[in-house]
Amino acid sequence: MKDFRYLEDVATLLLDEQKCIGCGLCTEVCPHAVFEMHENKARIVDFNACMECGACVGNCPVDAVSVSPGVG
Amino acid sequence: MENKANDQGGSPFQGKGPGLSTGNVQILPAMQMSGSAFGPEDTRPLAAHDRPGYVLCRYVDHFIDTGAGPVPVVRREPDRGDRLSTIAVRCGIRRHRYMVSPGLYGIGTPDASSEVLVTANFKLTFDHLRSSLGSVSAWILVLDTRGVNVWCAAGKKTFSTRELVNRIQESFLEKVVAHKRVIVPQLGATGVSARQVEKLSGFRVVYGPVRACDIPVFLTSGRKADKAMRQVTFPLFERFVLTPVELHGALKMAGITALVLFVLSGIGPGIFSFHAAWERGLVSLAALVTGLISGAVLTPVLLPYIPSKKFAFKGIVMGGLCALLLVPMIFKGAGGMTGAAALVIFSIMVSSHLAMNFTGATPFTSPSGVEKEMKQSLPIHLAGVLVSAGLWVYSAF
Repeated sequence: MKDFRYLEDVATLLLDEQKCIGCGLCTEVCPHAVFEMHENKARIVDFNACMECGACVGNCPVDAVSVSPGVG
Repeated sequence: MENKANDQGGSPFQGKGPGLSTGNVQILPAMQMSGSAFGPEDTRPLAAHDRPGYVLCRYVDHFIDTGAGPVPVVRREPDRGDRLSTIAVRCGIRRHRYMVSPGLYGIGTPDASSEVLVTANFKLTFDHLRSSLGSVSAWILVLDTRGVNVWCAAGKKTFSTRELVNRIQESFLEKVVAHKRVIVPQLGATGVSARQVEKLSGFRVVYGPVRACDIPVFLTSGRKADKAMRQVTFPLFERFVLTPVELHGALKMAGITALVLFVLSGIGPGIFSFHAAWERGLVSLAALVTGLISGAVLTPVLLPYIPSKKFAFKGIVMGGLCALLLVPMIFKGAGGMTGAAALVIFSIMVSSHLAMNFTGATPFTSPSGVEKEMKQSLPIHLAGVLVSAGLWVYSAF
């Protein structure tokens, strides 16, 4: 979300671009447009918008994304 | 309070009877009129669906025959009872037991080609969905999330791959629709793995829009969502509607705090005075209430306009502003500078703490960030409250 920002540089989101197969599911399920497709690979474009909901993690078919949100 | 539905196709019945298999029971076709729950047989069109120990839910309009047996078709509009219950639940009243039975329902005139919309069994969610579909006809597959909404349940893994697969199988969905798709709300993605669901159930997950009101457009545009449909926002109304529950959640602690305030207020030169406990207690209560409203209502409502990203700090800013308004009213009753200072600090601490608590109700704060905030702010809140308590007692002497 552009107009609601929380603390910076705290998210535990990690994307392994080597593993990414470009399916685009992360861009589909993310509620805050953290990812964008670029040349058939996903890329984090708004790291600080991540709220660690984990939708991307569970839906990545090759486990290229990880997040450790704590209690949730 | 468990409400297991063992029926095929889900049960619209609430009751403590054993689960019944609707497939084996002869059910007469329901008439088109809607009627009241009591009265002579000819004014009760769904009387044929009566079962010992069960009451038919008001939101069921009629039953439709499917390959999996009769399926209840629900009304689109919430009735007055639904609307009143919505308000009550939004205020935190019986919020933890506001459910519908999980299973398969229909809306409009669904057939074998209609889409399957998956949702949670929190009745607020269910009512919101059925009233947001316009004139769309569809199947509604309700998952057992123990009366919790889609996103929270997904986070707690009750709106899950396993539950979705189980519900698809239990409702014999493959006998109801000719296609192999289920539409899952996007916010359910936190608990659902699309790939796993397809592997285990044969049904392909299509993620629908975030908001139910976008479903009609999503469906007519060939199950395509634009970027706006896939992003969560937090407008004023949505922030405001969360405030009664924030207050409700603070009530117990506030009550205990009020008692403590009255006791502390009575301490003075004559060891303890009930008169002072009451008079000074009321003044300190005003500070508590100010902090409550500042932190649980004003900060959430004005959230994006208050400086700082940290909610605890926003609470301090808002609390400070409210304290400015409070001081002239309580100065005399507080007995001067020291007393006023004590109450101002206390009010700001309450505001800051409740504002920080609001992070749990927002759709954009990360748990990692909240943890960081709490580690910083909790010691300050504790220290602030202790200092203000000390100053308050001191001001009586």
